[in-house]
Amino acid sequence: MAKSKKRKASGNSVTSMLIRRPIQKWFPLFILPTFICFCIGFIWPFIQGIYLSFCNFNTPDDATFVGISNYVKALSDPGFVHAFWNTAAFAVVSIILINVAAFAIAYALTQKMWGANLFRTVFFMPNLIGGVVLGYIWSMIFDGILKQYSTYLTANATYGFWGLVILVAWQQIGYIMIIYIAGLQAVPEDMLEAAKIDGANKWQTLFRVIIPNVMPSVTICTFLTLTNSFKMFDQNLALTGGAPQVIANGAKVNMTELLALNIYSTYNINKNWHGVAQAKAVVFFILVAVLAISQLTATRQKEVQQ
Amino acid sequence: MKKFTAMLLTGMIAISMLASCSSGGNTASSDSSSSKESKPASSESSKTSEAASDNGSTASGGSVYYLNFKPEADQAWQELAATYTEQTGVPVKVVTAAGGTYSDTLTAEMAKSEAPTLFQVGNKQGLADWNDYCLDLSGTDVYTQMTTDDFNLKDDDGAVKAIGYCYEAYGIITNKALLAEAGYTVEDITDFDSLKAVADDIHARSGELGFDAFTSAGLDGSSSWRYSGHLTSVALFYEFRDDNVTEQPATVTGKYLDNFRNIWDLYVNDSSADPATLSTSTGDMCEAEFGTGKAAFFQQGTWEYANLVDPEKYGMNPDDLVMLPIYCGVDGEENAALCCGTENCWAVNAKASEEDIQATLDFINWVVTSDEGTTMMADQFGPIPFKAAKEPENVFFADANRLLAEGKYTVGWAFTYTPNTDSWRAGIVTALAAYSADPSDANWENVKTAYVDGWAIEYAAQNG
Repeated sequence: MAKSKKRKASGNSVTSMLIRRPIQKWFPLFILPTFICFCIGFIWPFIQGIYLSFCNFNTPDDATFVGISNYVKALSDPGFVHAFWNTAAFAVVSIILINVAAFAIAYALTQKMWGANLFRTVFFMPNLIGGVVLGYIWSMIFDGILKQYSTYLTANATYGFWGLVILVAWQQIGYIMIIYIAGLQAVPEDMLEAAKIDGANKWQTLFRVIIPNVMPSVTICTFLTLTNSFKMFDQNLALTGGAPQVIANGAKVNMTELLALNIYSTYNINKNWHGVAQAKAVVFFILVAVLAISQLTATRQKEVQQ
Repeated sequence: MKKFTAMLLTGMIAISMLASCSSGGNTASSDSSSSKESKPASSESSKTSEAASDNGSTASGGSVYYLNFKPEADQAWQELAATYTEQTGVPVKVVTAAGGTYSDTLTAEMAKSEAPTLFQVGNKQGLADWNDYCLDLSGTDVYTQMTTDDFNLKDDDGAVKAIGYCYEAYGIITNKALLAEAGYTVEDITDFDSLKAVADDIHARSGELGFDAFTSAGLDGSSSWRYSGHLTSVALFYEFRDDNVTEQPATVTGKYLDNFRNIWDLYVNDSSADPATLSTSTGDMCEAEFGTGKAAFFQQGTWEYANLVDPEKYGMNPDDLVMLPIYCGVDGEENAALCCGTENCWAVNAKASEEDIQATLDFINWVVTSDEGTTMMADQFGPIPFKAAKEPENVFFADANRLLAEGKYTVGWAFTYTPNTDSWRAGIVTALAAYSADPSDANWENVKTAYVDGWAIEYAAQNG
């Protein structure tokens, strides 16, 4: 791919051996700074994190190796299991809701209509506000509404769950919409024209021509919404913080807690739980990685070559 | 070409691993040296006394890093630190953790090579977590300045690991002027029944009086600790007093929960707030109701004084303010005083270098003995349990002292025994909010479950 781009760019001057050689020889030097940062900021903490998940520790300096007991504790924690199912339900609902709504809006805004650019900007704007701020703002909005009905957001898990869905949809639809707009604009005009000439109606054009052509955007968007909903943290923390908390069968469960928040609150119990939280985080990583990779492979197969 | 790149990348990974390993090695070695240090720490105290006598010359390269717990006192600490550095040349860095994040911040900071030399331990639980990092302070200069051992935290061997540098009190803050308007004086309130009679009457006439009895019992996160932490503490206190509990119990019985329900019902029923939506009323809203004279009673602590009398905020007249004990219908409670205790204890990092430990001990000794230090402490923290303490102007402490002088008993801070505090309190808040919206016995059972079963679960989690 790189080669073809170069060739297009400027004839034979860049492809000449005299220039290509030194570039090929020295490019590692140029990626070195970024690579070192990547190692320090990502690879090393990641390796250390995996190591710490097998340890009891207060600060990383005084870790003692304890084997897999942290994993046993993590997986037998009803709060963690509950958070998993919560997250899974949340992911399913928000992936469908966000993608369908974002595509519909993107489709509407790529039609010839007055003020389309203004609407794009307006729909994109919620994405510019941080998650914690949004969480607090929306908790006030929801509480304000629920007050009319003499109840409140943390009264039960259902309110908290749908509250979070609404919040996240409101925040992310605009962002996902932008990606769909880019995808829709890349659908070749000649294909659309051919479909029109062949007598396809609007729905046929949408499902037979447009959607197959925006599959690459669908791949990206489902990937983003999937990982975002699994990694959801700030909004969860600020909106309900996991409340309400119930005691059932001798165990405590925070009803609206998603995985990331569960890991966070596990860490904060006390030093005996730092390692358990770390083990949960490793499990969490594997889960997200497996899901994301299988989703990518699945949607990639649906993409069409132009 | 590809091979070359691959080799280069592998090489770099190897180098970065080595680098991190060696840095890991460094910290480990400094660790071991510091653990050696912690042993001669007690002998160091003798050095402290000579050193502290001539403050200026002790700056043998040591520095102080204080991780402060109270955001509201940040400014004062920064100024005091600057004054100290000016006088002695010893650098003092003060960092304040954002509200509610102290333990996270402490954990993160302790992992750094420039770790705090002075930090806070709130309670037994904090001591259990940080015991290895706490220097034995027995015999140090600052310790010998103390007037009481009541607020200090000791480990199982009796070594003083953290010293309580201030104490606080809470109760029912009362607006005497409003009481007078309603035709009562504070002397009318001596136990739960009289409190209830006064509050019920004020609530019944609230339309005509223009104010209500209690402020909203806000269960928003900014306010709920006043009930899930401070009010449950009263029930815990009586229970622990009956059972002679002196260390964290594995279970609680909830013997005084009916009393807790008494006072909670009073708070909820005798206020203007809609009980169904208490979880939306914030601490600021409750404070404003009291500060602007919309309510006569407000369960809060001595720390609230500055906000209430501040002319820029509510500008209340200190003469109108009085703090009453929390009455909830326990036998003999007419002899109760305010709820006094502390979660403010200094600990010195035993793993810091010798010079830094010395500098830190000198610094805190200066804070509790010098004119600048004691003035600041009196302004920010009220009375401090040190010989050179200055008299604070906070009237609530005068109330606390007056009640004690009358021979009444202090309602201790039983909540410091709470296992896994935040989670236990969260359960109580959930249940209290549901109960307030629908005050049925079934919902009160959930409060009981959160209180009794929740305690056992958290105790197991904490020690598991």
